[in-house]
Amino acid sequence: MKLKGLVLALAMAFLVSACSTEPESVKIGAVLSATGPASFLGEPEKNTMQMLQEEINAKGGVLGKKLEIVIYDDETDVNKCVLAAKKLLDKDGVVAVAGPSVSGNTLAIIKFFEEAKIPLVSCAASEKIVTPVNAWVFNTPQLDRHAVTRIMLDAKAKGLNNIAIITVSNGFGQSGRAVLQELLPPNGFNLVADEVYGPKDTDMTAQLTKIKAAGADAIICWGTNPGPAVVARNRVQLGIDTPLYMSHGVASKKFIELAGPAAEGIMLPAGRLIVADQIPDDNPQKPLLLSYAKAYTEKYNAPVSTFGGHGWDSIKLIVEAINMGKSAKPADIRDNLEKIKGFVGTGGVFNYSPENHNGLDENAFVMVVIKDGDWKIMD
Amino acid sequence: MDSASLLQFLISGLTVGSTYGLTALGFTIIFNTTGIINFAQGEFVMLGGMLSVFFMRIAGLDEASAIVLAVAAVTLAGALIERFTIRPVKDASIINLIIITIGVSIFIRGLAMLAWGKDTFALPPFSGDAPIALFGAVVMPQSIWVLAISLLILSGLKAFFSGTIYGKGMLACAQDKKAAYLVGISVERMVLLSFMISGLVGAVGGAILAPITLTSFDVGVILGLKGFAACILGGLGNPFGAAAGGLILGVLESFGAGLLSSAYKDAFAFIILLLLLFVRPSGLFGTREAKRV
Repeated sequence: MKLKGLVLALAMAFLVSACSTEPESVKIGAVLSATGPASFLGEPEKNTMQMLQEEINAKGGVLGKKLEIVIYDDETDVNKCVLAAKKLLDKDGVVAVAGPSVSGNTLAIIKFFEEAKIPLVSCAASEKIVTPVNAWVFNTPQLDRHAVTRIMLDAKAKGLNNIAIITVSNGFGQSGRAVLQELLPPNGFNLVADEVYGPKDTDMTAQLTKIKAAGADAIICWGTNPGPAVVARNRVQLGIDTPLYMSHGVASKKFIELAGPAAEGIMLPAGRLIVADQIPDDNPQKPLLLSYAKAYTEKYNAPVSTFGGHGWDSIKLIVEAINMGKSAKPADIRDNLEKIKGFVGTGGVFNYSPENHNGLDENAFVMVVIKDGDWKIMD
Repeated sequence: MDSASLLQFLISGLTVGSTYGLTALGFTIIFNTTGIINFAQGEFVMLGGMLSVFFMRIAGLDEASAIVLAVAAVTLAGALIERFTIRPVKDASIINLIIITIGVSIFIRGLAMLAWGKDTFALPPFSGDAPIALFGAVVMPQSIWVLAISLLILSGLKAFFSGTIYGKGMLACAQDKKAAYLVGISVERMVLLSFMISGLVGAVGGAILAPITLTSFDVGVILGLKGFAACILGGLGNPFGAAAGGLILGVLESFGAGLLSSAYKDAFAFIILLLLLFVRPSGLFGTREAKRV
């Protein structure tokens, strides 16, 4: 009897001591679309995060503890994303979450993070994620607004005032269209044509013929592959020599491949990652972009993409916030995220504040022109 | 709107319309023999384009042989589909067989995605991409290829169905399977043949369209849908109607986008289709089905 009591007491003591020890790792969660239609976003993000986890742990981890990134795949499905987010918040006990990859999924889970008081740093670009500002939600990609502003600066300098826009009728194109409609007229541009095409359309000559008749000085096309490639080809076929701007949505080699010779002379705003070797040596992003691109290509034997960069930025910003406050408590991470200034990421230089949870501006983009099948930075 | 722009809308519409018409032709062939609407028809078109790209890039063939090989492969695929998915359940009702073709289409699409990824690919145009000027509008050489080859296929099919014993045999199967069987027609062989021919037509379409429309694993979905609409517009079962239906649908879309609003061009074309079906339920060139009592 006495022995039994002693064993019990010992066991109790053991249990209590086990509970009171600090967890030996810092856990960050991630929900990404590693498979499904948005896998072109989620897969490089996942790869990048796994690479970062190894890299950070090899350098001693976070606050002297091991960094553990718990990654779930939402298969680009909003329901699976919600389930994964709840699992991260309720079961895994993470201190912050990176992702999701797409805007729709991010908007669906925002309210859970507000309730749980855990910060979320999204890799998705929609402006709705950060406007109006939600105390617990941040994002890392450049916004449409920044891309449009960059294009307007270029058009203004060239004296192109009558603008025609042609946008794809999906989420990406229509949010771009809304920003274009909002920003062009107050900045002294005339919107002379506003055309739309379907994501699977294979011929845009009707829209371009209309634009040609409207007498535009420049055309701005907002879409992701393959639509813009068709616009580029049709423009050349119709013999239209009006300058053509594209969005950052086609800043990939695939666009140049699809549009072929018709891509020549097209201008677009792009993140510096794809032109890392051309940016001036004194640019603070240059060493980071080159080393990230090299590490990624060596590890995964695949070309680096802007999207993987959003994953890099999300994790690194969270880690930076933890290091700044020397605390891995969710509320402290949130407070310190808002204090991050001049943080050099792959997407640009981040300056978060209580009013700005995106942290970037139009300088995150450079204007590039397609020449001889490659990008050239414009002056 | 000046006349050059109007002409351009017409040319654009005919080019896009021929893509719908070619898909619609494939629907017609299988429907004429079996009464089945083959929803994998769009996938035949996709395979024609993707395999041509594949043979050209991976196997390093020249464009003509790549396309011939792709067309042969898809014809074979048509035969395999009939042999392994339709024949084992041939006594099932038509609606079951149609649902099987939907399953086949999803299966093929999945395989194509796994094999070639989700990217879009382009095939070089057959005779350059210098546009030809025509009364202020421009025509691409590839559009002329597409229209000419479509016309060739259409007249070939016409001759086949009305002039050869096989073609007539296939039509007989659609009329009444049992009667066809009784007069000595091998129904099984005719059904097999119809899947092969529609595979062939679809693949030719896919290959000649790829330089204009680009191609990816999922182009079959929308082409199948528009092709089916073209069939209905022209009257189901009539090859001439299917081709004409495709061209009309394409021209409607193009004028809808050019003259009204490009945001509603699909809606515009489909509203016309609906209105037409209210007035003529059997389609423009269809014959009213007589009910036997």
